[in-house]
Amino acid sequence: MLNISSVSITFNEDTQDEKKALQDIDLTLDKGDFVTVIGSNGAGKSTLMNVISGSLKPDIGIVEIDNKNVTSIPEFKRSAFIGRVFQDPMAGTAPSMTIEENLAMAYARNKRRTLRTGVNKKRKLLFIEFLETLHLGLENRLTAKVGLLSGGERQALSLLMATFTEPNILLLDEHTAALDPSRAELITNLTGEVVDKFQLTTLMVTHNMQQALDLGNRLIMMDKGQIILEVSGKEKQELTIEKLLHEFQRIRGEQMANDRAILG
Amino acid sequence: MFISIFSAVESGVIYALMALGVYLSFRILDFPDLTVDGSFVTGAAVGAISIVNGVPPILATVFAALAGFVAGSITGILNTKGKINPLLSGILMMIALYSINLRIMGRPNLALLNEPTLFNQIDGFWGGLGIDKTLNGLVESMGVDSLPGTWAVLIIMTIITIIIKLVTDYFLKTEVGLALRATGDNEKMIRSFSANTNNLTIVGLGISNGLVALSGSLVAQYGGFADVNMGIGMIVIGLASVIIGEALVGTRTIAITTLAVILGAIAYRIVVTLALRADFLETGDMKLITALLVIIALIAPKVVSARKEAVRKKRKRTLLASQRKEEHSA
Repeated sequence: MLNISSVSITFNEDTQDEKKALQDIDLTLDKGDFVTVIGSNGAGKSTLMNVISGSLKPDIGIVEIDNKNVTSIPEFKRSAFIGRVFQDPMAGTAPSMTIEENLAMAYARNKRRTLRTGVNKKRKLLFIEFLETLHLGLENRLTAKVGLLSGGERQALSLLMATFTEPNILLLDEHTAALDPSRAELITNLTGEVVDKFQLTTLMVTHNMQQALDLGNRLIMMDKGQIILEVSGKEKQELTIEKLLHEFQRIRGEQMANDRAILG
Repeated sequence: MFISIFSAVESGVIYALMALGVYLSFRILDFPDLTVDGSFVTGAAVGAISIVNGVPPILATVFAALAGFVAGSITGILNTKGKINPLLSGILMMIALYSINLRIMGRPNLALLNEPTLFNQIDGFWGGLGIDKTLNGLVESMGVDSLPGTWAVLIIMTIITIIIKLVTDYFLKTEVGLALRATGDNEKMIRSFSANTNNLTIVGLGISNGLVALSGSLVAQYGGFADVNMGIGMIVIGLASVIIGEALVGTRTIAITTLAVILGAIAYRIVVTLALRADFLETGDMKLITALLVIIALIAPKVVSARKEAVRKKRKRTLLASQRKEEHSA
């Protein structure tokens, strides 16, 4: 479904601030795969997301979705088959427009936008049906402006808007990080439900190790622009936070030893 | 007095189309577009030169609106493809249009006095209807002695303006319209739902300036001339209309807001007319009055709501205090 091969990207190349954000990344997601991505700040997680969504173009390498090379397709066109939820709960919805209007815009994602009304009776019923799955009572507030909703409600709506058109790829970029613990848990559970319901091929970046272990069938760890660990299937189910940290230190330790050998 | 208010309302309805254009760029796209000062004149110039060259007034008016659309689109292209800041894109286009408008007209001022216009063309047909007589009779019976020559301009323009308002309301609810509104509200979000925000900005500014130019050509036909300087300060007048209207009528839905903008344009004309009746003010003071109006309309609602909130809090506190006293004594 998603195929990334030998992707590299360097920021501020040939200057003092040069940063190799991604180094020769290979990653393949099969249909229905749910991959969680962890790693420290600056590991390249967000850059990887941006390369997939098309807001960044890799220096070298290829991004394929559904066996189609999309590397040079601009972001807005690519988003016809990519759903995305951002970290900022304000980023995924238009505040001065109503809930039904926001859903109508998301509904038009993979269609040609026409001069017909965005919200009609048939769609309204569909929106109500989807909003009910959130259990937040938003189905009774269709004509409320989204700016009036709380952060948690907005993020739940963003998640729904990103998923209900069943995109080929779902990108979740630390989408629970800006919420309080109880709201974060709600969104985490909703994420599990919705990905399961639509069998979405998903890539989720998170700083929360427990979340990375609870969700998904695969896990990758990134550091300094490289994928340093890949775990899947049964192995992932048996993984604990301690094991993960231990593994991280082991790999990093080896690298440091290698660096020292080279420098020495 | 009645006559001057009457003509204020009349021109207010014509300028309302310009205000709707400014509303589209300023509020819907969140784009402070200064092209307006130029595109208003472009509309007047294209309309006037077409009429002088024998084009039927209705067609000349359509040409004017199209010219405005092109001007606005170019501002959009400068901003989106050229990555020039919105304010600067508009200013550059405004300056460029000054020379272009001179070229279109061939001289700084073009009179339409003996030419057919949309308004004098309908006169013959209008006279036969006898509406003027009925309405003037009605007004006369209310004790007004000086009567307007014709109600045709007011009534026809009101109908045109309402039709354009309704079309705008509908458009902003279509799938394309929703994407256009989201472009001004949360550009990152609507791009992640496969909308080409660059093209939407270009089209949005095109429609906005199309309305402005339409208004410009109607003003030229109404006043009987086009002048290269008639657009100076037009953006501020448009803003004044939008802001006054929003303050008076509110912004609960799109339909209410567009109505607010139209009423704002009329209110603006009435206020200016009344202000100019004061002995110490001259016609040249109009821009100063406009600037003051915008400043008042921007500050007053905040002061009023802060005052209301303070009064509400004070009342609540005294109420709580008296309740507590009662509990103590009980």
